[in-house]
Amino acid sequence: MGFLEYAPAPESRDILSLKDAYGLFIDGEFVDGTGGSFTTISPADESPIAEIALAADADVDAAVAAARRAHTRVWSRLSGRDRGKYLFRIARLVQERARELAVAESLDNGKPIKESRDVDVPLVAAWFFYYAGWADKLDYAGLGAGPRSLGVAGQVIPWNFPLLMLAWKIAPALAAGNTVVLKPAETTPLTALIFAEIVQQADLPAGVVNIVTGAGATGAALVRHPDVDKVAFTGSTAVGREIARTLAGTGTSLTLELGGKAANIVFDDAPIDQAIEGIVNGIFFNQGHVCCAGSRLLVQESIHDEVIDRLKQRLSTLRLGDPLDKNTDIGAINSAEQLERIRELTAVGEQEGAERWTADCEIPDKGFWFAPTVFTGVEASHRIAREEVFGPVLSVLTFRTPAEAIAKANNTPYGLSAGIWSDKGSRILAVADKLRAGVVWANTFNRFDPASPFGGYKESGYGREGGRHGLSAYLKPAAPATARSVEPGRSKRGKSETASAGKEVAR
Amino acid sequence: MTTRELSRRTAVDVLGDAADDTTLRRFLHGLPGVDAVGLEQRSAALGTRSIKTTSKAWALDRIIGLIDLTTLEGADTPGKVRSLVAKGAHPDATDPTCPPVAAVCVYGDMVPYAIDALGDRHGDPDDGGISVAAVATAFPSGRASLAVKLADTRDAVAAGADNIDMVIDRGAFLSGRYSQVFDEIVQVKEACRRDDGSSASLKVILETGELNTYDNVKRASWLAILAGADFIKTSTGKVSPAATLPVTLLMLEVVRDWHRLSGHRVGVKPAGGIRSSKDAVKYLVTVAETAGEEWLQPHLFRFGASSLLNDVLLQRQKVATGRYSGPDYVTLD
Repeated sequence: MGFLEYAPAPESRDILSLKDAYGLFIDGEFVDGTGGSFTTISPADESPIAEIALAADADVDAAVAAARRAHTRVWSRLSGRDRGKYLFRIARLVQERARELAVAESLDNGKPIKESRDVDVPLVAAWFFYYAGWADKLDYAGLGAGPRSLGVAGQVIPWNFPLLMLAWKIAPALAAGNTVVLKPAETTPLTALIFAEIVQQADLPAGVVNIVTGAGATGAALVRHPDVDKVAFTGSTAVGREIARTLAGTGTSLTLELGGKAANIVFDDAPIDQAIEGIVNGIFFNQGHVCCAGSRLLVQESIHDEVIDRLKQRLSTLRLGDPLDKNTDIGAINSAEQLERIRELTAVGEQEGAERWTADCEIPDKGFWFAPTVFTGVEASHRIAREEVFGPVLSVLTFRTPAEAIAKANNTPYGLSAGIWSDKGSRILAVADKLRAGVVWANTFNRFDPASPFGGYKESGYGREGGRHGLSAYLKPAAPATARSVEPGRSKRGKSETASAGKEVAR
Repeated sequence: MTTRELSRRTAVDVLGDAADDTTLRRFLHGLPGVDAVGLEQRSAALGTRSIKTTSKAWALDRIIGLIDLTTLEGADTPGKVRSLVAKGAHPDATDPTCPPVAAVCVYGDMVPYAIDALGDRHGDPDDGGISVAAVATAFPSGRASLAVKLADTRDAVAAGADNIDMVIDRGAFLSGRYSQVFDEIVQVKEACRRDDGSSASLKVILETGELNTYDNVKRASWLAILAGADFIKTSTGKVSPAATLPVTLLMLEVVRDWHRLSGHRVGVKPAGGIRSSKDAVKYLVTVAETAGEEWLQPHLFRFGASSLLNDVLLQRQKVATGRYSGPDYVTLD
């Protein structure tokens, strides 16, 4: 056995103290739901982890009512400084329980422990620290002095970064003085429920954070709920479109962070070894379950063969396997359903004439797995160049000139992110300026920071999360002088409340 | 055709017959750039590999077998060199199964004492022997005339040194006189030839701590390889920073690319500043995942180190007994 077959180095599961069954977290307590339950499983071996309550409409009503009470009576009346104290406390508790959260995340989601440990959980803490700092500085959020919270936020998040997406949603909402009802994804509820324990530990006033678990119907009940003032959704474009249709004309604020088909553009003067790493990180990070993944590699024709050659060699060193092993690079696909979707689209890719290459790695017997795959000879008209695969599948296209690269990169209904690889600073700036994507990375990919706004163009959604911009999705300007003294913080729906979302759309 | 001849031929293919400043500049400055942030991220990621149980035991033994146990002090004496040799041959006094180091590395005038102390153990580390490496060419600064550098080299080779560790003229490199650096390496390599036609192997020290940018490290690595280096080595150990993981990663990428181009394998030696087993294991991981596992052999990878050995021995004892001992359970030298 060679050195490169590193001996197993599994992270211990002993740190977890999971319950057999979890209820819904409403008004500061875990309560039994009325909609029955479902089982959450580990995608790496399909073993059950815990029974999770399914929230029915009545449970969603109770959660929204609790959030409304908490907003009116407590949270909107607290000073920014006091809200900040709670958020700082949550951030510290996340750090204290970081290992536990990382293990739970990898277990439930299938992502490698090195990613949950080194990326997801540290970013979660960073997000809470960042927005904790904003809580008493909302006058500088760009909406003038004395901006007000919107009220109750209904938030629905996806399964690819379960805890991180929770932090992206909850931290700015709470800092701005809103209360929340959050629905985690059906396949990854575990860390949200551990987060509920952290909320209890932090002594957050009851009802400020409510977590309702369930599937699509629960999410639909939440976003459609008449007493929700603001909906924030991250997920597929199809569901996002449905939500937008539901909420049209209701006056409820809406931000959407949807799919993507990002172009990662490699020019012939790129720092080649780092570009290869960036391509790998761009599409194989988190098994490609990343809305901003660099799934379309646009490589300059003159270096195409060299890049593909080096890329294949590099991919052959990736380790696929047990997500809890500290040396695993590629974990499990999150669900059977997603695996089926990836298989279907890759089959279409072959049928359409693209050349498929798959890394030679052993696939475990149980669980959901997909080996890193590269399609070369992909044409812009192929489905794998148009549709989001949301898996470890890279489509390679070529270009000859910067203008062609820009045109091809922009020729997509999406516009969430893009990457540029070049040693020439002036070219990076010129190209970045012309890309219609919310985030453009230069000589790096998939880097996140709470201070940096994130969001999309076109079918990738609207609204920005992160940074000062992320706050405006949860705030409205101060009330007119006459109204201000009557009911501070109390939200009444009206046209003016959609102003912040409307501004983002215009972007 | 031997791989070395192949390598020569490839160098001529790359540069043409005349390796003048213009040709070298055109080639070296045409290499793809290095993104510092990306390089450091990659080396940090490699540093997070978790090497446990059987892999760790293998790694610790292999690290010992790749060490050039070094003493390069003005105060060195024949007695000090004899101690070093004894330590290198039997690193752990309590455990006869402990492998020997690859080589001892000394100043040229200490070579006869090292060879004498080694006796039968003197030989190729690939065959279980211990070789003798000598620093030459006005080490560590390299500030002497070419004639003196060549005489320094011939002297060490004549005394029986198996490897010569030369320094490049960093001043010439930084001021763009690439052909001067190139010619010096070529001539020192020539001076490594013994009377019987065989040759001492040549390690070229780039002194990366003085080159300042990763682009320069990459160019100097290519320059040394094109001029015929058998090994490229990071540092003298006399300049800070000495070896770092990103610099070593970059040099490994160059030897990997050179192998792809010419079919010839060049060795890499990080030297100076690697003191803990934990760090050394990160280097092994970086070698295996960049150039490939076949590079983890004495003729393709070495650690230039002195204090590293004892830390590896302590870790090795821990693996064997399950307990940590202390610094008094390994010998000073």
